[in-house]
Amino acid sequence: MATETMTINMGPQHPSTHGVLQLILELDGEVVVKATPHIGFLHRGTEKLSEHRTYHQVIPLTDRLDYLAPMSNNLGYVLAVEKLLGITDLIPERANNIRVIMAELTRLKSHLVWLATHALDIGAMTVFLYCFREREEIVDIYEKVSGARMTSNYFRVGGLSEDLPAGIEGIIRKFAEDMTGHLETYEGLLTGNKIWQKRTMDVGVINGQDAIDIGLSGAALRGSGVDWDLRRDAPYCNYAEYDFEVPVRTEGDVFARYKVRLDEMRQSVRIILQGLDKLKPGPVLADCPQICLPPKKDVVNTIEGLIHHFKIVSEGFKPEAGEVYVGIEAPKGELGYYIVSDGSTHPYRMKIRPPSFVNLQALPQMVQGSLIADVIATIGTLDIVLGEIDR
Amino acid sequence: MSKQVVEKLKEHFSTLVLGDVEYRGETTVTVERSEIVKICTFLRDDCGYNFLSDLCGVDYLGRTPRFEVVYNMYNLTDKTRLRVKVLVREESPSVDTVSGVWSTANWHERECWDLMGITFKGHPDMRRILMPADWVGFPLRKDYPLQGPDREPYQGRLS
Repeated sequence: MATETMTINMGPQHPSTHGVLQLILELDGEVVVKATPHIGFLHRGTEKLSEHRTYHQVIPLTDRLDYLAPMSNNLGYVLAVEKLLGITDLIPERANNIRVIMAELTRLKSHLVWLATHALDIGAMTVFLYCFREREEIVDIYEKVSGARMTSNYFRVGGLSEDLPAGIEGIIRKFAEDMTGHLETYEGLLTGNKIWQKRTMDVGVINGQDAIDIGLSGAALRGSGVDWDLRRDAPYCNYAEYDFEVPVRTEGDVFARYKVRLDEMRQSVRIILQGLDKLKPGPVLADCPQICLPPKKDVVNTIEGLIHHFKIVSEGFKPEAGEVYVGIEAPKGELGYYIVSDGSTHPYRMKIRPPSFVNLQALPQMVQGSLIADVIATIGTLDIVLGEIDR
Repeated sequence: MSKQVVEKLKEHFSTLVLGDVEYRGETTVTVERSEIVKICTFLRDDCGYNFLSDLCGVDYLGRTPRFEVVYNMYNLTDKTRLRVKVLVREESPSVDTVSGVWSTANWHERECWDLMGITFKGHPDMRRILMPADWVGFPLRKDYPLQGPDREPYQGRLS
C-alpha cells in the first residue's frame, strides 16, 4: 500500500540537537526516509578572523570551537604553530606532561557531557546529574589552572602560560582515582539496563568501510572496528611514553560507540595518573625568546621582561613561509589544523578540520530506514558540538 | 614512505605531477587539476590513502593562478599523510568533485564553494553549507571585507 511521506523540522531548538542543528526529516509514519542536516546558524568566521590576528591572538578563538573540550582545541592549534616554527623538539618535558594531563582531563570533561546528554536524550535522568557532578570537579581544576572555567587560555606556543598552581596535582590525582568508581556507577545504571540496550543496540549502524569513506574519526570510528587513534599512531606531546590501550568494538552501533567512550574514559584516568607520576620540576616554556612570552614575574618586575612581553604581544613572531597540517585525537575525533604561513605575523590561511563537522555528515546514512526515536539516539552517539561544526 | 608515493605518482602520471615539496616532514604534491579524480582514485586504491582528512581552498590574491584546492589525506594502514594540491584559475574557479572517491569530500567541497567560491563539477549537492542560501559573495576570499559587506571598517586595531 502506497503511503504519503511527511516532512518535519527537528531543531534548531530541539534539546536533542545539541546546539543549533536543524534536521529536516522525511518520514513514512515513524520511519525515516531521508534526513537532511542544516548547519551554519552559529557561524562566527573563526578562520577569517584568524587570518587577521597574530599567532598568539588566535589561541582564544580556538577554545570557543568545541566549548566542551577547550584545551584540546588550544593544543591542536599550538602544536600546529610549533611545527610551523620548527620548535616541536624544544618543548620542555614538564610542559608536555602537563599538556597530556590537561588534554586527558578535557577528554573526561567532554565525554562526561556527552554521556550526560546522551543518556538524557534517551530518558535516563540520573546519569545526567552524576556526570555533571563529576564534570564540575574538572571545571574547578580548569579554573585553578587556567583562570577560566570554560574558555581556557593556558597553552602557549612554546609551552604553557605558567606552571601548575601549588597543590593541584593532589586534587587531580584524587579526582582521577575516584573517577574509576564513578564509571562503574554509570555503567551500573546503563550497560545492563534492558531499556538502554533496546534503545542502543543495532541502532545507527555503520560498518568500518563506510565509516572510513565518510571520514568518521575518534570513538565513532573505533566503534565500527577501525583501530586508529592519533595519540598512539601519530604521537604528539609525549604520548609515545604512556602506556594505554585503544578500545575498539566491531558492532558499529550506538551501544558500541557508548562502550568505546566509557572504556576510553578509563584509559584517560590511567594516562592522567601516569602523567602525574612523570611530573618532574622544570621549565614550562621553550627557550625561544623570539617566540615565547616571558614569565609573568619577569614582566611585572623587570623592564627587560616588560619590553620583551610588549614586543611579542604587539608585533608577534614570523614563521618562515610554508604550510603544515597537524591532527590530534580530540575527544570527538581528529581535530586538524592546516596553517599556511606567508612569513608574516599572522596565519595567511588557517583551515580547521573539526571532527564534529565530518562526523555529522554520516548521520543521514546512519538513520535512513530507522525510527524517528533512533535519530535522537544516533545524534547523541555522534557527540556533536555545533560551535565546532559551524566555526 | 611519502617519497616513495611521490615517485610512484611520477611514474604513473609523469606529465600530471607539477611539483613536490618537503617541509617540516610533510610532503606536498601539486598535480594537474583536470585529472584530480584519476589521481585521487589512484592514491586511494594503489597507495592506501583511504582517509581524506580535510579538503579546503586557499586564496593567493594577486597570484596566477589565484586559488589552490588542498587535499590532506591519510593512510590508515601505514599511518602516513600526504597533501595534494591543484591550482585553480580565477576566471573559471572549478575542479572536478572527488566525492565519488571519498564520500567525506561532499561537505568539505560544499564548504569550499560556500566560503571560497570554488565550484566542484559533478558534485551531487552543491549548496551553501555555513552561510545562508541567499548570501552574496565568498567570505574567505582575501578581497572580501573582514567586517562583512556594507559595513564601516572597524577602526580599532585587530593585530
